[in-house]
Amino acid sequence: MPIGYLSKRLFHLALILLGVSLLVFMMLRMIPGDPARLLLGEFATAEDLSRLRAQMGLDRPYPVQYGIYLANILQGDLGNSLRNGAPVATEIGMRLVATLELAVAAMLIASLAGIAAGVISAVRQYSVFDYGSMFMALIGVSMPIFWLGLMLMYLLAVMFPIMPMMGRIGMGNEPEVMTGLMLVDTLLAGEFGDFLDALHHLVLPAFTLATIPMAIVARITRSSMLEVLNKDYVRTARAKGMGEVVVILRHALRNAFLPVVTVLGLNLGLLLGGAVLTETIFSWPGLGRYVVDSLMARDYAAVQGCILVFAGLMAFINLIVDLVYALLDPRIRVHA
Amino acid sequence: MRKLIIGMALALCLLPAIGWCAEKSGGTLVWGRGGDSVSLDLAQATDGESIKAGIQVLENLVIFGKDSMNVEPQLAESWKVSDDGLTWTFKLRKGVKFHDGYPFNARAVYDSFARVIFKQHPYYGYGKWQYPAMSLGPVKDIQVIDDYTIALITEKPYAPLLNNLALWLCPIVSPKAMADYKDKIGMHPVGTGPFKFKSWTKDDQIVLERNNDYWGEKAKVDRIVLKSIPEPSARLMALQSGTVDIADDLDPDSIALVKKNPKLAVIERPSVNVGYLAFNTEKPRLKDPKVRQALSHAIDKDTLIKTIFAGLAIPAKNPFPPSIWSYNDANKPYEYNPEKAKKMLAEAKFDFNTEIELWAMPVSRAYMPDPVKTAELLQAYFAAVGVKAKIVRHEWGAYLSKVGNGEHDMCMFGWLGGNSDPDNFLYGLLSADTAKPPGASNAAFWKNAEFTDLCLKGQKTFNKAERTKIYLKAQEIFHAEAPWAPLVHTINVRCYSKKLHDVPLRPNGLNSFQMISKEK
Repeated sequence: MPIGYLSKRLFHLALILLGVSLLVFMMLRMIPGDPARLLLGEFATAEDLSRLRAQMGLDRPYPVQYGIYLANILQGDLGNSLRNGAPVATEIGMRLVATLELAVAAMLIASLAGIAAGVISAVRQYSVFDYGSMFMALIGVSMPIFWLGLMLMYLLAVMFPIMPMMGRIGMGNEPEVMTGLMLVDTLLAGEFGDFLDALHHLVLPAFTLATIPMAIVARITRSSMLEVLNKDYVRTARAKGMGEVVVILRHALRNAFLPVVTVLGLNLGLLLGGAVLTETIFSWPGLGRYVVDSLMARDYAAVQGCILVFAGLMAFINLIVDLVYALLDPRIRVHA
Repeated sequence: MRKLIIGMALALCLLPAIGWCAEKSGGTLVWGRGGDSVSLDLAQATDGESIKAGIQVLENLVIFGKDSMNVEPQLAESWKVSDDGLTWTFKLRKGVKFHDGYPFNARAVYDSFARVIFKQHPYYGYGKWQYPAMSLGPVKDIQVIDDYTIALITEKPYAPLLNNLALWLCPIVSPKAMADYKDKIGMHPVGTGPFKFKSWTKDDQIVLERNNDYWGEKAKVDRIVLKSIPEPSARLMALQSGTVDIADDLDPDSIALVKKNPKLAVIERPSVNVGYLAFNTEKPRLKDPKVRQALSHAIDKDTLIKTIFAGLAIPAKNPFPPSIWSYNDANKPYEYNPEKAKKMLAEAKFDFNTEIELWAMPVSRAYMPDPVKTAELLQAYFAAVGVKAKIVRHEWGAYLSKVGNGEHDMCMFGWLGGNSDPDNFLYGLLSADTAKPPGASNAAFWKNAEFTDLCLKGQKTFNKAERTKIYLKAQEIFHAEAPWAPLVHTINVRCYSKKLHDVPLRPNGLNSFQMISKEK
């Protein structure tokens, strides 16, 4: 892997983060709403308000506020939440792992099921399976997550209670926090029963979150596969007498994978920041809910920190996607 | 010997039964609520979710009754006020220990209060004290007289102080914990309450455990788990499926479903809030009391309650609800009478041609669950008497500031009188002192000298019967002048599983859950 290319990309990443921090800082202060006012609400006296504003540092000029913010970031400090004074980095950290667990599980479901459905649909074009799976994909894309989540919960947790309703693990089974990932922590603690419990809790929210990316992946895989399956080299491979499975998996799928990888990367980035609906329905203590709550309370420090983390993650995922391109297609070279 | 053996055998037989009794009152109470707490140091808390959890752990000198708003002793055994009304002396309960083993005494009370109001106190910088002006505001000095006696000295006689002390805002926190945890005390509350703080997983759950060394009647359940379930439908399902034992803040449709479910129960109790429409009396068209009275006649509160509050409210005629003492029931409500309203407006030469602004709150509150629909309904009522009202909306922070500046014609607002003292409503929301922009809390900008004088007199009067007379008169003036159209006082609702017994509900909705027991 050329070091020059990586360092150039990392430099770009730093520039992007700087730009994002400035944009978010300005946008937050442009939207109406004073954090002190929102914190104290309708019962506040003018005296209490001005004292709290000074305590929060909101009475200083904007450039000074931004300067302090930037200097803190460079020292790895995202500041303290305006709502409860807790360090934003800690607040984000524990929620980010919860979201990560959910998003990765959802992406796993989405990519496995989506790619399988897409490949089979392409290979058996115009078959009942093709029509059926593409119809399901259409429903998946158009189904409001909110409705689907509540319906699944009502069906599988209330009417036929085979699934847990909410949360990451059964009450009282919480393992000691090591990584923050329930599945990993329960295994590290050697509690296999609790691991299964955590997995059980993960199924409904992960499936709900997976529906849209699953549908998109299925459709992209199908169209990309169809394009590749008509290519000469596939015909040549078949003519050479290669087995159909080898032709599809090694020759066709690998080449059809480029757009799929792009979509997967993009969706993982979106899920990390935008799982707010699923997190709300299933009471999942993730980052999506945190950023929305923080925005509502005009918790500048928390929102700025979250957006910075999202931007960093998104840029990082893009970098990984670009690197995977090179692995998948030997014709693509990275240049410093 | 034989008798002894038989006796021992009998005792052995009884053991499981004793165990069963103990087990019956144990268990975990799971409490589903809409969001997570922000800080469990209640002197820093403003949101309901923090307060609900914090009052299980922290206690005050005095507290409201289990199901009423009468002040009763808690960590103070008794108190007296000096003849000049300036010194409040509290005798403290002995033998009480904080959850960290530190003894409760006058020093602890001093530190807990002084950190909020004295800038020179070493712990002052550890917190964002949310409402010092409202809680301990008039206190200018605190004197530790001996280990178990403390005196609060106010700058002026201030009768509502006792009710303020019963609010969540004035908790007594372990001095050791305040020193150890500094600005993180809100994440590690240490008090004297019936439950001890155990753990907090942000946005997920808070776990509290029974304090077995509690000075009073010990909690019946072993632990309380407060679960954050932000989606109301999910909260209802959690209650229906038995995942939670109590579900807070359900919408009226869900409450109706809970009422039909034989396994679930509902308690309803009138709250201590008011939702109102304030007329800005400084605007020329609303200056004449006759116009304000006419507009009050134009509103059909019964329909409002039926359609918007699903029946879970009572019509308001005074600034505070009947659950608070000195409520003036002799005031006759402005009955719904559009014809009379039209006539009165015409007599007052009201300008029907120009639009008048009706400001709608952008957020929903217990006293105003659907502000937009309420505003639309009010608009329709005003249209029916010929008044063209234009609904104006602002973001909440801007709304509060602009109303505080008096930029509105009419605005919707409300108040939760947590300390249940009439002064909290009358002086706080309607006196001339609070009608000064910016940040005026008197949204009607009504400056009635007689009314304000009565409020100030009430603050200095310690005899409840005399205070009652003063407040009855003040409400009379309010009623005649109609600076607001008081709309509703809502009803607090608690939905829970019938496995629970002795579930309390105070009019302000905030209760310690020590007396609740749970069937297996």
